[in-house]
Amino acid sequence: MTDPFAPAAPAEAGAVAASRSGGFFDDIANLFTRNLRTSGIYLAFVAIVILFTILTGGTLINSQNLTNLVLQFSYVLILALGMLIVIIGGHIDLSVGSVVALSGAVSAVLVIRHGMPWWVGVLAALAVGLLVGLWQGFWVAYVGIPAFIVTLAGMLLFRGLTFLVLNNISLSPFPSAYNEIASGFFFDLTGLVGGRDVFTLLIGVLAVLGFAWASWRGRSGRIRYQQPVEHMGLFIIKLLAVAAVVLAFAWQLASARGLPYVMVILAVLILVYQVVTTKSVFGRHVYAIGGNLTAAQLSGVKVKKVNFWIFVNMGVLASVAGIVFSSRSRGAQPAAGNMFELDAIAACFIGGASTSGGVGRISGAMIGGMVMAVLSNGMQLMGLEVSIQQIVRGLVLLLAVAFDIYNKRRAGAIR
Amino acid sequence: MSGNILEMQDITKNFPGVKVLQEVNLTVKEGEIHAICGENGAGKSTLMKVLSGVYPHGTYEGNILFRGEEVAFGSIKDSEAKGIVIIHQELALIPDLSVAENIFLGNEVSRRGLIDWNQANHRARELMARVGLSELPVTPVGQLGVGKQQLIEIAKALSKDVSLLILDEPTAALNDQDSEHLLGLLRGLRDEGITCIIISHKLGEIVEIADTTTVIRDGYVVEAIDMHGPDATQDRIIRDMVGRELDQRYPPRESHIGEEVFRVEDWCVSHPTQPRVLVDHASFDVRAGEVVGIAGLMGAGRTELAMSVFGRSYGRDISGRVYLHGREIDTRTVKACIDQGISYVSEDRKHYGLNLIQDIKTNISAAGLDKVSRHSFVNANEEIAVAERFRQAMNIRTPSVMQTVGNLSGGNQQKVVLSKWLHTAPEVLILDEPTRGIDVGAKYEIYTIINQLAAEGKAVVVISSELPELLGICDRIFTLAYGRITGQLPVAEATQERLMELMTIEKTSTDAPAVADKETPND
Repeated sequence: MTDPFAPAAPAEAGAVAASRSGGFFDDIANLFTRNLRTSGIYLAFVAIVILFTILTGGTLINSQNLTNLVLQFSYVLILALGMLIVIIGGHIDLSVGSVVALSGAVSAVLVIRHGMPWWVGVLAALAVGLLVGLWQGFWVAYVGIPAFIVTLAGMLLFRGLTFLVLNNISLSPFPSAYNEIASGFFFDLTGLVGGRDVFTLLIGVLAVLGFAWASWRGRSGRIRYQQPVEHMGLFIIKLLAVAAVVLAFAWQLASARGLPYVMVILAVLILVYQVVTTKSVFGRHVYAIGGNLTAAQLSGVKVKKVNFWIFVNMGVLASVAGIVFSSRSRGAQPAAGNMFELDAIAACFIGGASTSGGVGRISGAMIGGMVMAVLSNGMQLMGLEVSIQQIVRGLVLLLAVAFDIYNKRRAGAIR
Repeated sequence: MSGNILEMQDITKNFPGVKVLQEVNLTVKEGEIHAICGENGAGKSTLMKVLSGVYPHGTYEGNILFRGEEVAFGSIKDSEAKGIVIIHQELALIPDLSVAENIFLGNEVSRRGLIDWNQANHRARELMARVGLSELPVTPVGQLGVGKQQLIEIAKALSKDVSLLILDEPTAALNDQDSEHLLGLLRGLRDEGITCIIISHKLGEIVEIADTTTVIRDGYVVEAIDMHGPDATQDRIIRDMVGRELDQRYPPRESHIGEEVFRVEDWCVSHPTQPRVLVDHASFDVRAGEVVGIAGLMGAGRTELAMSVFGRSYGRDISGRVYLHGREIDTRTVKACIDQGISYVSEDRKHYGLNLIQDIKTNISAAGLDKVSRHSFVNANEEIAVAERFRQAMNIRTPSVMQTVGNLSGGNQQKVVLSKWLHTAPEVLILDEPTRGIDVGAKYEIYTIINQLAAEGKAVVVISSELPELLGICDRIFTLAYGRITGQLPVAEATQERLMELMTIEKTSTDAPAVADKETPND
């Protein structure tokens, strides 16, 4: 371009070059200033864990309780995965609690009342989630009714259907095969060494290796494209830190009952949705719609289709949560899953999602869910009354988001 | 004209790492119209934010003297209490509220906490009369055009007993008639003793109306020009703004026009909610390597025409045919248009063009995402590489493509939008007001890019309300009036007067639009 104005900007070019050749200590300084400022929620999480570890005299992080924590709150994390995508797309879903109840109820009727095998119940529950998703997706995407209204209606509708399906009474217990989903473990598959399950440790090691391989691939890809990468030393330290946490966790699980099935389901789902939100075209389109609907439309994003699949996805994930929850509670209750939607929504917002859409990360939502989980679990261990628990959780939601907004504003002002 | 109403002395304002204003001095005389010129990012808006208290006292260095006494504004409320009112480029009106409600918003006519509607509407009508509006005060603001909305903003300022009125780009969104009316109104206000500061990129306008012009470049005041002096010309202002002589406003180009690429025939569009025909049997065509202009006044149906062609993104009851290389094509979805090599760069980049909360690379790849992805998964590195290539080719001024688009200046945002569409490798580019609200330097760069695209053999359609711009960059110009194509002129035969004549042909029962020399082969 022969441009008489050509403001050749040597200063800017220099700045880019400088950021590329960041030294080890520059990178560390960067990590502690910029990264922590934009993700203060991680700090808050660590603080809460430490606080409750002290308050409960270490019970919080003993192996038995860590297992419980995963089992007890996995449904919130599963719901938060779907909810995050809904929220990034600029919607909300108030019906998931009712969908959890309905899918569990349908499964219970087939398995308990009609004596069908456990997998029929699972498939039926998934089918319920799919149908719910198709129904709500249709109204939101193709009729254009705000998701708040559609899912508010859905909340009543699916709760009503649950009562109808269950004839207003609880059904229990599931046969033990069904209960295994939420309370089963991979244990003693490959033997024990010193009272610890080898298989669990093996999976832990594999997870670390997988993470290292993926990080290395990402890093070499960036180098191939001449992108800036962090200093090798910092890269290794980060890997070691992740390895230490994962292995410590696996070590604890291995000395209790082994690796819960639920945790494997959860890990796979988190991986899948991490990829969907960060790498897939669908994920991009969700962010685009939430960020600027009209611009997305004019960029060729098929908005209706994307919105439709957002809700189908949410419906199916809600039924997965329904299966896990009904299996854990060994039956179906008409009031199951009450207020679950609020836990999932809270997890997303604590994790930094924006109420106006277009912003949010899987890692954030998961940490947000963990904050809620550790909080509830910690207070239960301390034997606090339900009233106090509710008050504390409400305040934490408020303060966590306030803290996040404060941090972002400060980061924005500095830029 | 008595003394100085405002003196800003040695104002220095820093953002971390950047000096936005450096010892700026601004002196505004009582009862004058004072223009402030400068490229985007020169510091004009920052200066006005310092003045109006958006950046409170203490966050900047220097003094502000208002009517001779030193003032220290902590917020906009403080400056408004002194009679300093700022009207931003993006109007702060609520479309669903009535004119009267908007005028007195935050300042309601009330007694004991209850609003006196009769009094409010009565006073609103008086204020509206002062700015030349005859609508009912109960009309919802959303039903009025941009021009009238701008006037309501001024009426709102008048309701606050304004003595220093600051207007940021008041005519950027207005057509010539509305601009003319607005400028006339400002003259009237000056005669009533209200001092105005006007920020504008339209230099013709400034030469016409301003008494003094202060030019800012890179946070410095270059000079304050007495506009009644002998050499107060546009060229002098431009020279001050860009720091060098600007011999040409439009880059030179040679046209090499080929075969017809794109043709729209008999296009009709109705308003999405009202029974009103906005585009009426419009036809136009563009050839390879050609830049075709579409000239029309506000409301002529320019954007409606373009957006309805592009994936039926606007309106209802759309009919007509679109041809690409002589073959009729399906343009019913945006995706289909993009896939067939048609791009539309919208006039409103903030609302229709960009995802402001995302970074540059994500915006650039948004329309051509399949080009950087395989099996529905995005290759993040490839995406960055593409964005980096456009950053350099388009000269987007940013340290990194990871920068959030909302932080860029208007000109750079426009380059990001253009990059997004060029990345889809279009054959036909429809550019709707490609230089609205961006500075002279960036405009020149955009024109250069347009030339380059034409030189590559692409077919370019430019929609613009600035006639000199169309005359400067097009090969052929169509005129649109009341939804109908009223004429077509090769640029050699076109003048502003001739175009304006064609743009104002009213709808008559007799058909057959005036077509001047159809199919005149250019050069």
